[in-house]
Amino acid sequence: MPEASVPDSFGITRDEVAHLANLARIDLDDAELDHLAPQLSVILESIASIQGVAGADVPPTSHALPLTNVFRDDVVVPGLTAEQALSGAPEQEQQRFSVPKILGEE
Amino acid sequence: MTDTLVSFEETLAKFDPALGLEVHVELNTATKMFCGCPTEFGAEPNTQVCPTCLGLPGAMPVVNRKGVESAIRIGLALHCQIAEWCRFARKNYFYPDMPKNFQTSQYDEPIAFDGYMDVELDGETFRVEIERAHMEEDTGKSLHVGGATGRIHGADYSLVDYNRAGIPLIEIVTKPIRGAGEKAPEIAKAYVAQLRDLIVALGVSDARMDQGSIRADVNLSLAPKGQGSTGVLGTRTETKNVNSLRSVERAVRYEMQRHAAILDGGGSILQETRHWHEDTGITTSGREKSDAEDYRYFPEPDLVPVAPSREWVEELRGTLPENPTQKRARLQADWGFSDLEMRDTVGAGALGLVEQTIAAGAAPQAARKWWLGELARRAKEADVELVEYGVTPAQVAAVQTLVDAGSLNDKLARQVFDGLVAGEGTPEEIVAARGLAIVSDDGALSAAVDNAIAANADVADKIRDGKVAAAGALIGAVMKEMRGQADAGRVRELILEKLGQG
Repeated sequence: MPEASVPDSFGITRDEVAHLANLARIDLDDAELDHLAPQLSVILESIASIQGVAGADVPPTSHALPLTNVFRDDVVVPGLTAEQALSGAPEQEQQRFSVPKILGEE
Repeated sequence: MTDTLVSFEETLAKFDPALGLEVHVELNTATKMFCGCPTEFGAEPNTQVCPTCLGLPGAMPVVNRKGVESAIRIGLALHCQIAEWCRFARKNYFYPDMPKNFQTSQYDEPIAFDGYMDVELDGETFRVEIERAHMEEDTGKSLHVGGATGRIHGADYSLVDYNRAGIPLIEIVTKPIRGAGEKAPEIAKAYVAQLRDLIVALGVSDARMDQGSIRADVNLSLAPKGQGSTGVLGTRTETKNVNSLRSVERAVRYEMQRHAAILDGGGSILQETRHWHEDTGITTSGREKSDAEDYRYFPEPDLVPVAPSREWVEELRGTLPENPTQKRARLQADWGFSDLEMRDTVGAGALGLVEQTIAAGAAPQAARKWWLGELARRAKEADVELVEYGVTPAQVAAVQTLVDAGSLNDKLARQVFDGLVAGEGTPEEIVAARGLAIVSDDGALSAAVDNAIAANADVADKIRDGKVAAAGALIGAVMKEMRGQADAGRVRELILEKLGQG
């Protein structure tokens, strides 16, 4: 994670946005980074102000519903046939999904 | 490219190793962790898949209760705390074997944490502390096409089968294991072996390393010798997918010697993933990108938290098998084994095999004799662990039943094992097909005895004169004629009868 750059405004630096874009395999050019980094910062600022509203009595949550332990029994349910599963595949061979070379760019 | 190594002795003279083991256990649930697809090994490609495990848009996961139960039982058997509340998290990365582009795993809230396992090695106990055990899912299987070796490097493209994607995995992570010194490689192996035995006893996995249902990643670092167990750890490497017990030991030894050579030469260890090569016994760099470890974990929004009630946890604790140390003491008493016999049995990795053979009806000493004698020798020759040799406890018990019934002797039984390994059917079928049964029918034996007496008149005279001990030579001649398949006791009786000594 780059440390040298100064935050644009509140939350996220241009370098951090570039790093995230790279991790997410999104190809952003310089102009797009200049455009998006301040926007993402505004969003983060807005979230930060909401966080300020919640007092110490409001626990953080990651889920909208107050549920736990939603389980299913270990019973087989019919899924897709291989033909159905592969029907959307751009390339297939030997009843398998064919994907481009995984390593080798180095 | 071959790395330079220094000798194991020199490595130990200068450095203290620290180990860390990550073991993935594939559970034997009937269905996957987050969908109802079956989990059978060896099915035709992409026949055990659905929108959820293929990551199709809109598909929603639901947690398999049995998967959570198995995770808690493993945690309890490892003396872990069980979380009162924990979540799944998305581990984001792009790799074709993971069609969702994330693996559903657990991050900073594992279901089980802070446990230990007491590993026994050469009669001593070494405590391995467990950092955590968490729930996650397996990935698909890739077949690399093109290139010389079928490996990922140099392949033209890859073919992916998602039958395995989504099968529940429990990842068990140790804390750094320090102070093992020269025994580090053996302790690593003994830990994985004992963990496997525990998993078998729990009945939560097929526990077949050769089929990948238990997979080990080996972390290793070296620190300058003599800093004690609180000194700073060296930089570690992580060797992935070490898939046999013997390889666990070899990989630790190899990485120790490789690290030592680099550090000795004034270099520094690159923190990286290494790939283990079973055939050559070396590791090579995984060449990961520098940001590959940045997985952007966040709580899985499609799954609600898991909050096992204490009542449930205690109920599951009640289903745990006997603890291994007590169990060994009980088995030794039941079987009447000496300390040395028991230690040899454990050391050969044969405890479970002997136990199951006895449960299938064999006498304890007979079970021990086959596993530690004939079968251990064969496994060593084949360069595999005993448990992976390909003969089951039920088969050994069936062979012994035939020996006890007088249908086989030990020599013929060895030929039955040849047939078992070759997949020729049950012991009974092999005896019939190969014509191995002992002949105790007097008609056939009598003719052979007469031939032996006629061909060895001098020996026969000695026996007539009362030198009964000479009968051995005639028995040998009969056995030779009967290709080893004569009932030696009955042959002896017939010889003595015919020569007036009966």
